[in-house]
Amino acid sequence: MMQMTGAELILRLLERQGVHTVSGIPGGAILPFYDALGASPTVRHVLARHEQGAGFMAQGMARVSGQPEVCLASSGPGATNLLTAIADASLDSIPMVAITGQVPLSMIGTDAFQEVDIYGMTVPITKHNFLVRSAAELLDVIPEAFRIAMSGRPGPVLVDVPKDVQNQRIEFDSFPPPAVPDVRPQLDQRAIDEAARMIDAAERPVLYLGGGVIHAGAAEQAVAFAEHAGLPTTMTLMALGTMPVDHPLSIGMLGMHGARYTNFILEESDLLICVGARFDDRAIGKATEFCPRAKIVHVDIDPSELHKIKTAHVAINGDVATVLEALMPRVKARLRKRWLAHVESLKTRFPLQMPGVDDPRNHYGLIQAVAASVGDDAIVATDVGQHQMWVAQAYPFRRPRQWLTSGGLGTMGFGLPAAIGAALAAPDRTVVCFTGDGSFKMNIQELATLAEEGLNVKIVLMNNNSLGLVYQQQSLFYGKRTFASKYRAAPDFVKIAEGFGIPALDLDLVDNPRASLTQALRAPGPCLIHASIDREEFVYPMVPPGAANAAMIGG
Amino acid sequence: MIEQVAEPLQQAGFAKVVLELEVNNHAGVMSHICNLFARRAFNVEGILCMPMPDTSRSRIWLLVFEDQRLEQMVLQLEKLVDVLSVRRHGAEHEVFERLEKFFR
Repeated sequence: MMQMTGAELILRLLERQGVHTVSGIPGGAILPFYDALGASPTVRHVLARHEQGAGFMAQGMARVSGQPEVCLASSGPGATNLLTAIADASLDSIPMVAITGQVPLSMIGTDAFQEVDIYGMTVPITKHNFLVRSAAELLDVIPEAFRIAMSGRPGPVLVDVPKDVQNQRIEFDSFPPPAVPDVRPQLDQRAIDEAARMIDAAERPVLYLGGGVIHAGAAEQAVAFAEHAGLPTTMTLMALGTMPVDHPLSIGMLGMHGARYTNFILEESDLLICVGARFDDRAIGKATEFCPRAKIVHVDIDPSELHKIKTAHVAINGDVATVLEALMPRVKARLRKRWLAHVESLKTRFPLQMPGVDDPRNHYGLIQAVAASVGDDAIVATDVGQHQMWVAQAYPFRRPRQWLTSGGLGTMGFGLPAAIGAALAAPDRTVVCFTGDGSFKMNIQELATLAEEGLNVKIVLMNNNSLGLVYQQQSLFYGKRTFASKYRAAPDFVKIAEGFGIPALDLDLVDNPRASLTQALRAPGPCLIHASIDREEFVYPMVPPGAANAAMIGG
Repeated sequence: MIEQVAEPLQQAGFAKVVLELEVNNHAGVMSHICNLFARRAFNVEGILCMPMPDTSRSRIWLLVFEDQRLEQMVLQLEKLVDVLSVRRHGAEHEVFERLEKFFR
């Protein structure tokens, strides 16, 4: 017979689940759990400076490890501060377990101090959520939370634990086994055969890979399948790295800021094989005009994604690795010389334009200089905005989980805490965080966490002193009425970093930016690299929001 | 639902459908279901919920319009952890008809 408090029980269950690092901020309603956590021999706690930072640190860990990671917050404002990070995890299908303290059961519903209905608030942004009503329930709820977070299409789960439940003592016979993912759905052989027949019959097929390929650990299968069937392969923002950028079959990222040739190839395709992607509007533009000549094969672990935006001719519900393995022997090996020669000619005629790529003071040049300096082992996180799209276009991604970005929710402020999380999960790697001045200020307080933990995170701040993507849209689509997108004050980010105890380099002031950059990137520990960017540099090509991909402007 | 996150699409003119859900009987299940319809701007015309004889489960009856998004709604319902099954019935199902006299 075992005896312990609810708080101790949560901790033991996390330990048994293999959780090594958690991020969070304590407060009154979660102090019993923190008291237990402080005595844990195996679970390390990283103290964030804002709960949203804690949420994104857990996400950064999860995006690197592929396992559900844990963030903690107290009740009330602590819990509401987590919401953006939870919603972000939901839209990008990131496994995460958020544990929040709650006021004691008897006070729920009384508008008690720091009471909010976080259960109700997280209904639309979690895969599932729990309000725990007794310590005994924790024996089921904690493993359930992990099982749900990691099964099928991954996602966030919230567990709200009232303070008195954390303090309640219980007796029980044995621990429940640690959670494992549900078994994968049965394969629909008829659909697989039909898909194979369509791929064999297609003249101009394109493989369209999404983040689901990375979540399923199926990058290797996807590349092998593309090579086997001779399929030009495009990736969504979430899937970058699945196929190395210099692979001869790679046609890069599609969509709003994809290269012209990529969107043109899609326009001509007669079969689109969509694997672990969801036809997001930033990827496909106007849905009715996307791939107008193509039949669609759609593979996804989430049945509700099939036929949601585009009706598929063949829809296969299943784990993408399993489906690709089943498809491979049924599809003929092909060279597709004619189609690939045409793809190549489009690539040559309409390449991604990267003016200034050889100059490290230029935005594209800076990104490529960083890449050349840190190599393929480094992890790259970004914030959201112009810098994010430039990195997506110009950084040579070559492996899955190399690239961490907020795709679905597009959360400014994601970059720094996600990079900290990545460095916690992969302490041997360099983590580069590309950010913009607008995004950086949204979670800048996490510089304190970074300094405290001394992690190997290099922040590359591309500063145009504006909300660049807003400024760009206003310039292009709102008659140049650039209202509320230019900052009038310009903070000294080098001083700010140094004030937090983080070494900083101002690229604007050095004589040899390439050498100074390499030196800063290769020094151990954190640093900030500041580079001014011309506000009039825009992200091209660009599909106007709501327009068809073929209507892209610039580039 | 009284609250709507978005103005529901015009659904009048579509046929009505009755959905029969079997769900786990605990606090919060109703909010998961109502929230799903509300956040996807899919109007629910009628809703009924009672525990089943085995009180660990409840049955929920929903009266909705059959527009082209209904299939997507059913798939979304099936994804909810506490929803055990979803069955579709035609509008002729008597469950709401017999209740109509309480709404006159």
